[in-house]
Amino acid sequence: MKLWICALSLSLAASGAAGGARADAAWDTVLAKARGQTVYWNAWGGDERTNNFIAWAGDEMSKRYGVVVKQVKLADTGEAVARVLAEKSAGRNSDGTVDMIWINGPNFLSMKEKGLLFGPFADKLPNFAYVDTANKPSNVIDFTIPVEGMESPWRLAQFVLIENSAGVATSPRTLHDLAAWIHAHPGRFTHPDAKDFMGATFLKQALIDLAPNRERLAKPATDADFAAETAPLWAWYDSVRASFWRKGEQFPADGPTLMRLLNDGEVDFALSFDPAEAAAGVEAGRLPATVRVHTLDGGSLGNTSFVAIPYNSPHREGAMALANFLLDPATQAHAQDVRILGSYTVLDPAKLSPEQRKAFIDLPSNPALPTSADLGAVLLEPHPSWMTALAQEWRRRYAH
Amino acid sequence: MIGFRVNPARTFVALALGGPVLAGLALTLAPAFGYLPAIGGGRFNLAPWRELLAEPGFAATLRLTLVVGFAATLLSLGLAFGLLAASGARAKGRGFAFLLAPLLATPHAAMAIGLAFLIAPSGWIFRLSSPWATGFLAPPDFATVNDAAGLALILGLVLKETPFLLIVAIGALETIGADDHFRVARSLGEPRIAAWLKVVAPQLYTRMRLPIYATLAYSLSTVDMGIVLGPSHPLSLSLLSLRWFAAPDLDKIFPGAAAATLQLVVAVAAVGCWRGGEALVSTFGVSALQRGRRGGAVNALGAVLAGLGGVALALGLAALAALAVWSFAWRWTFPNAWPETWTSDNWRRGAIALTTPLGDTLLLAAASASAALVVAVAWLESDDRRGRPPPSRWIYLPLLLPQISFLFGAQSLLAWTRLDGSLTAVAWAHTLFVFPYTMLSLERSWRALDPRYARAAASLGASKGRILFRVKLPIQFRALAIALAIGVSVSFAQYLSTLFAGGGRVTTLTTEAIARASGGDRRFVAVAAFLQAAIPVLVYLWALLAPMGPRPAQR
Amino acid sequence: MNAHMLDIRDARISVGARILFANLSFCVEASAPVTVMGPSGSGKSALLAFIGGHLGPPFRAGGRVILDGADVTDLAPERRAIGMLFQDDLLFPHLSVGANVAFALDVNVRGRAARRARVEAALGDVGLAGFFDRDPGSLSGGQRARVALMRALVAAPKALLLDEPFAKLDQALRRDFRRFVFDNAAARELPVVLVTHDPADAEAAGGAVISLGEDD
Repeated sequence: MKLWICALSLSLAASGAAGGARADAAWDTVLAKARGQTVYWNAWGGDERTNNFIAWAGDEMSKRYGVVVKQVKLADTGEAVARVLAEKSAGRNSDGTVDMIWINGPNFLSMKEKGLLFGPFADKLPNFAYVDTANKPSNVIDFTIPVEGMESPWRLAQFVLIENSAGVATSPRTLHDLAAWIHAHPGRFTHPDAKDFMGATFLKQALIDLAPNRERLAKPATDADFAAETAPLWAWYDSVRASFWRKGEQFPADGPTLMRLLNDGEVDFALSFDPAEAAAGVEAGRLPATVRVHTLDGGSLGNTSFVAIPYNSPHREGAMALANFLLDPATQAHAQDVRILGSYTVLDPAKLSPEQRKAFIDLPSNPALPTSADLGAVLLEPHPSWMTALAQEWRRRYAH
Repeated sequence: MIGFRVNPARTFVALALGGPVLAGLALTLAPAFGYLPAIGGGRFNLAPWRELLAEPGFAATLRLTLVVGFAATLLSLGLAFGLLAASGARAKGRGFAFLLAPLLATPHAAMAIGLAFLIAPSGWIFRLSSPWATGFLAPPDFATVNDAAGLALILGLVLKETPFLLIVAIGALETIGADDHFRVARSLGEPRIAAWLKVVAPQLYTRMRLPIYATLAYSLSTVDMGIVLGPSHPLSLSLLSLRWFAAPDLDKIFPGAAAATLQLVVAVAAVGCWRGGEALVSTFGVSALQRGRRGGAVNALGAVLAGLGGVALALGLAALAALAVWSFAWRWTFPNAWPETWTSDNWRRGAIALTTPLGDTLLLAAASASAALVVAVAWLESDDRRGRPPPSRWIYLPLLLPQISFLFGAQSLLAWTRLDGSLTAVAWAHTLFVFPYTMLSLERSWRALDPRYARAAASLGASKGRILFRVKLPIQFRALAIALAIGVSVSFAQYLSTLFAGGGRVTTLTTEAIARASGGDRRFVAVAAFLQAAIPVLVYLWALLAPMGPRPAQR
Repeated sequence: MNAHMLDIRDARISVGARILFANLSFCVEASAPVTVMGPSGSGKSALLAFIGGHLGPPFRAGGRVILDGADVTDLAPERRAIGMLFQDDLLFPHLSVGANVAFALDVNVRGRAARRARVEAALGDVGLAGFFDRDPGSLSGGQRARVALMRALVAAPKALLLDEPFAKLDQALRRDFRRFVFDNAAARELPVVLVTHDPADAEAAGGAVISLGEDD
């Protein structure tokens, strides 16, 4: 099977190394093979707007390229990883059931290490030329792991706090302010369980703020580093936990659950990786009109969402066509529309033509939506091992 | 001298349903002992068990699993018997069957979601009673759902299992003819409820062992209700196993398989303990009965149980009502008793988002319920032709095995045959669980049919086929309709089997509702869960109203 | 119409190791019904089931059943043309009175109107004209018994087996119906085997009496 992958990479590498005309011809071959394929896109299904966007992308793919896209809604991206593994264990090396995965961070690392990915393919996509690889480093370094063409970016995410202004007079801008607010309002703040992506992200955000040597976070976590760098985090956490919702003994399962607690009035804060989520929630009657969005001073975590193709996907051409479509400037502008997704583009405006740029400039602005200035600096993700270790340590300490 | 020596339906079931279950058990057992070459587990070892035992909170997980399983089963049985004791002959009435129908046919997941809508801190009960009674302006900060002790989960299970045991008990009552015994006991001076509990209940119990063990096994290993109502710390054993199976870190499959295997051991041991408990109760019970004390205390206990049983039935119906109300709510702020704005928009959006899951759900239900019914009829008919050998107990095995203990292995088997992720695979997995319930429902009524009808028809010159289609099936029409309706409701309720056999590619109302139960838009979840409940309930009501058989056309 | 004849040779029925009876041979002529008597469990009903072809596990049987000179022992019950009446009328509850009778009518009688006419006529013969569309549940016990008999006779049997068909009828009705059955059987020249507990039945039958299980 290893041989098989090598052969495939070689053939793709050969086509990539050739000149522009050859590349065009190669891409035409991909599109020709893609026609008629059904791509099962395994994507976390917890966000309605994302699901709708995927459905829209599916319609477009079907119209333009004759590729049918079906979203497999996951509760946890790990499910898809486990599935590909189960198939590998069953010797199912060429007709897997997963064609594309919305992925990043630890799941990407796991699949890359275990040889479960097809590729490199991202740099063979024509629209990859527009991707901002200089000023948006998370597009090529996923949680400190070099992407190396094994996954293709499609949206940017940035960590934000959502608060109900009816219960929060002044937005806390530092962890210290947040701690003071929590003490003054016991039972009104919480974060998702650390085994959830969003919960772990909250701990990471706090870790970046509080770690004595932030640069160590870019390397794999050793026991000694972990103890030293996380000590201030646990001290801060221990000082506020008792004033959390449910006295810090119970935690909402994930980000959407926390969002529902905010809507139900059980808490006054929620967390999101999507700066436009609050505005869209108000629009849909899912959040009270009094919610506001802000970030902590000193910057907040950002990362890139990618799509990857399992090594045994029988529809990899269709998946590549879809990955390329997601990078199309018009698609990216559509996704950045707050009425659609409100997710910021992974492309470099400087690489776009004036007409392509205009599509972004013409997007509606929304007072409820934070501006780039509001959001502040983007901080890179630590090495995935930190997230895993943080979640484990949190569990060991607080979740018995 | 008549008919088949070997029942072909029995052979078919053994091969198509029994074989994969055993293979699934084996393929889960192997990784539990470290053997899964595909991810580098080439040697049998005990490391998965060491990891399982070293898991923080493992003791709490085990305790929660056992407490929930036993408490839910004991309570459900107690409430069902209390209700029957207090209601006497009325329980056999048709009205009672109609009252139970919605509770029986509603899938566990929909009931759990409805209950959460009802009892959560921001749930309907607190909305109705705040602030005038409770003083709460914001939802109270204590856990009424997902509580660490598992009380909400126990309540959810009781809401579903009490009606199940009730309907089983009502069916069994007809076969023991205990009315005379009851009258004798009353004439000996026992109050009504005590007379029933002392004389009828013990006889009834022995006819209900299988459904009670099935309830115990289910309560110990529930996944869908556990996700919605159970605590996340500690997780129950089956949820811990599921989380490991789905973990990004593939090595977690080993402890996951160990947990799944332990779940099987726990279920078997629990049924063993329960049997031991039966022996104790019967020893002490018989000596207590011989002491001859008239049952004032027993009567009071029975009355309390009956009262609680009534509350449980009412809560179940209220949970369904909560689903209906939320599905039409736009904004509904705490502590308003009713939504501020109503809308049908949730249904419009639901119709778009749920088209595929709904279609697949209906397809799966139709396929698995009718396949199970055909096989069951073929089985019973060929048993008839073989002079009715005693019933085969092993077909009820899937009801007693925790699903998690063999579904991972079955998924490996399906992946190997390239069938996983297809509707066919999911329909097969559903049939696995639908078939035992279909048989359970149909067998008694089928065997209760006077065999002389068939002889009379044969002596009139009717062939076996004509007897089956013109006499037996029409006479059994209502029993067949009820068996079909139960099959539909079992299929609608399938969660774990859809997840594993469908490889995540097949979504049903149940998987959609559960996936979004905690975090999803409550109005959307309400639509999915309400549909999930309403369709099986309607089918079940249709079956209850069905005539015994079609009347002659010329009337 | 020729008189039919039923011949039982060396009948032997056992349950497990227990032999209910063996070496039982008798001949039934149309004019002389044979009555089988004996205590419960003596194998009376099993004997009728053996003759009719309905005997299944746990019973084991040996011997031959000869009807009008042809060995029918290995034929399926529906191929034997041996009618049977039971203690209960066993009218199919999902069919009307007429449909019950039509169920037994030869398939070669074709056409809806023709079949209905035949059934109406048969019902008329037993004094139930106009009962075609009635629900069996709405009939009296005596009426149901007569429909059951007519249903059996419409199938054109060559012999008639009676498994205590009078036991559940009250005294007056029982006498009338007994007479009615025997008269109809005689008119069609059918050999009749009657199983009963009631000596009065045997007396009315007027033929030989076989007692089973007496020497145990």
